[in-house]
Amino acid sequence: MGQRVLMKGNEAIAEAAIKAGCLFFFGYPITPQNELPEYMSRRMPEVGGTFVQAESEVAAINMVYGAAGAGARVMTSSSSPGISLKQEGISYMAGAELPAVIVNIVRGGPGLGSIQPGQGDYFQSVKGGGHGDYKLVVLAPANLQEAVDLVTEAFDIADQYRNPVLILGDGLLGQMMEPVEFRPLPERSLPPKDWATNGLRNHRGHKNVVNSLVLQAVGLEAHNVHLQAKYARIKDAEQKAELLYCDDAEVVVVAYGSTARIAKTAILELREKGHKVGLLRPITLWPFPENAFNAIIPTVKTFLCLEMSAGQMVEDVRLVINGRRPVEFYGRMGGIVPTPEEIAARILESMGVTSNG
Amino acid sequence: MAKVFGYPDSLTDMPTHYCPGCTHGIIHRLIAEVIDELGIVDRTVGVAPVGCAVLAYNYFTCDMQEAAHGRAPAVATGIKRVIPDGIVFTYQGDGDLASIGCAEIVHAAARGEQITTVFVNNGIYGMTGGQMAPTTLPGDKTSTSPYGRDTIKQGFPIRVSEMLATLDGPAYIARVSVHNVAHIVKAKRAIKKAFEYQVAGKGFTLVEVLSTCPTNWGLTPKESLDKVQRDMMPYYPLGEYKDIEAGEKK
Amino acid sequence: MRETMRGGLFMAQVVFNEERCKGCELCTIVCPVKIVIMQEKYNKRGFSPAGVSDMSKCIGCAACARICPDVVITVQK
Repeated sequence: MGQRVLMKGNEAIAEAAIKAGCLFFFGYPITPQNELPEYMSRRMPEVGGTFVQAESEVAAINMVYGAAGAGARVMTSSSSPGISLKQEGISYMAGAELPAVIVNIVRGGPGLGSIQPGQGDYFQSVKGGGHGDYKLVVLAPANLQEAVDLVTEAFDIADQYRNPVLILGDGLLGQMMEPVEFRPLPERSLPPKDWATNGLRNHRGHKNVVNSLVLQAVGLEAHNVHLQAKYARIKDAEQKAELLYCDDAEVVVVAYGSTARIAKTAILELREKGHKVGLLRPITLWPFPENAFNAIIPTVKTFLCLEMSAGQMVEDVRLVINGRRPVEFYGRMGGIVPTPEEIAARILESMGVTSNG
Repeated sequence: MAKVFGYPDSLTDMPTHYCPGCTHGIIHRLIAEVIDELGIVDRTVGVAPVGCAVLAYNYFTCDMQEAAHGRAPAVATGIKRVIPDGIVFTYQGDGDLASIGCAEIVHAAARGEQITTVFVNNGIYGMTGGQMAPTTLPGDKTSTSPYGRDTIKQGFPIRVSEMLATLDGPAYIARVSVHNVAHIVKAKRAIKKAFEYQVAGKGFTLVEVLSTCPTNWGLTPKESLDKVQRDMMPYYPLGEYKDIEAGEKK
Repeated sequence: MRETMRGGLFMAQVVFNEERCKGCELCTIVCPVKIVIMQEKYNKRGFSPAGVSDMSKCIGCAACARICPDVVITVQK
């Protein structure tokens, strides 16, 4: 059992990255993730790493592109409006197959929105956000220990598949403080970065080009077929979800991140009163944990999707369920964080029980 | 007999897609000659722009990265921070550098990033079919200034070298031309100095090269060289605008 | 590299790789002894390549080579 440290979410994520061997961070201030670049600016010199406050989120993601292309483990972080700015660079990285970790501490939107937590960036994260047919691996922690573990794993996933990985957090996670332990993960077999423009052409005997331009349609189709095959492999191997009391649940709540955590409180209370409710918490939002859904559908009556948004993940839930069961939705927008009580009441509605029953 | 002038090693033998008479070819060759002479090709990484030179990654034998439009200085920053012993250069046109990428070049220069930028200024957007550029001269007709650039409605050109020379980060800023052989020789000297300064770790270097676009100017290659001398040089005076080794700014 | 227009017993010779030439004519402007001309033929890409009318007059200044955007010309002295 390693040492546990009480840390703020934004800082814990930064430290996890450094411990995973990330020595390059490029970022820009935006609330509610400022503590992350600030922490990096203090810590990177201590570990011989590099911190650059870029002139914008656009510049930062392009610095990440260059650094990743040169073979380094590299991270950037931002919050919703800044992640919008990064979409061009993210698409380029997906097309050029560059590994990196991008952290989105989501706030209320759309537009300038608010600095309160939200989950309105689900579509942006899993459906592209940037142009073109690409996918990011999207990991959604629900507490700080999980955030630390997922950040650590994210760098390995990124390197294994040569793909950017997005950590989808929110303002609650970024700002809260919890004890965390920085612990090693099961090792993955990682391929060498022999494609990188690392200033060592004489060691290879040939030049490397990092590029996403393929002007001939035949070539670009072939490249896309290659990317889609990669995404199929990721779908097979990387789905992750937490299931709680789903074995005998009549209603299964589907939620991720902070919403799931609040829902858990409601669910545990309802269980104590004898209600058969469970939780399916996707941890990988992409690849969406279809396998977990398919495993429990036979015994579940209704799914209730909870999000801090107008309803984005619910569409993927409906896609997976594919008409086999009813899928209901409850959400709050604008940075409002639902309470366990209101969630419990909504679950009871789904069960056909009034809150007095 | 001995070879007086040969094909540079750092240039691939792929025939370029550039228009006949386009000065991109000259500038590519000068860069390749400099890389050869400095013996740095194995540790050089070039960053290609979006513009006519988007395929530059096919023409140099060193490692290359293709950047998004305007972002080459940021990409170069990322590369150079990871491989500080590498020699990193960007190659950018006037839309890439002075329009969409204006923030990136200003800040890379201000940060004194140890990279070299070759800025190809032909006052027009070539690849996309001849639209107005931030460096299009007043009165010049382009596909988005069909009546001639009207400074009241469409503003004034940007003098990049002068602008960047006001910053403390750059070590060397120069504007040169390639409209005749004498200037081509001087241009190469400036480009070589810029790369040498990077090798010596002196700071950010940029060489702005007044260039032609015969196709979109609607001129022959020869007429295009004349336009550089007659129209561009008065607006964009040649010279070394910053040189930390020389002390005073010009 | 295909070589043509070789020759010249004395000072210098230039070699034009005609298949690279795009017929831009810039070399014809800068030759101080005015021996660079455009040829009456086409290369494989459909351009009329440049060439030398009288190699014996070549002084090996390499002006043509320096202004050529397509590295068509190599110069020996």
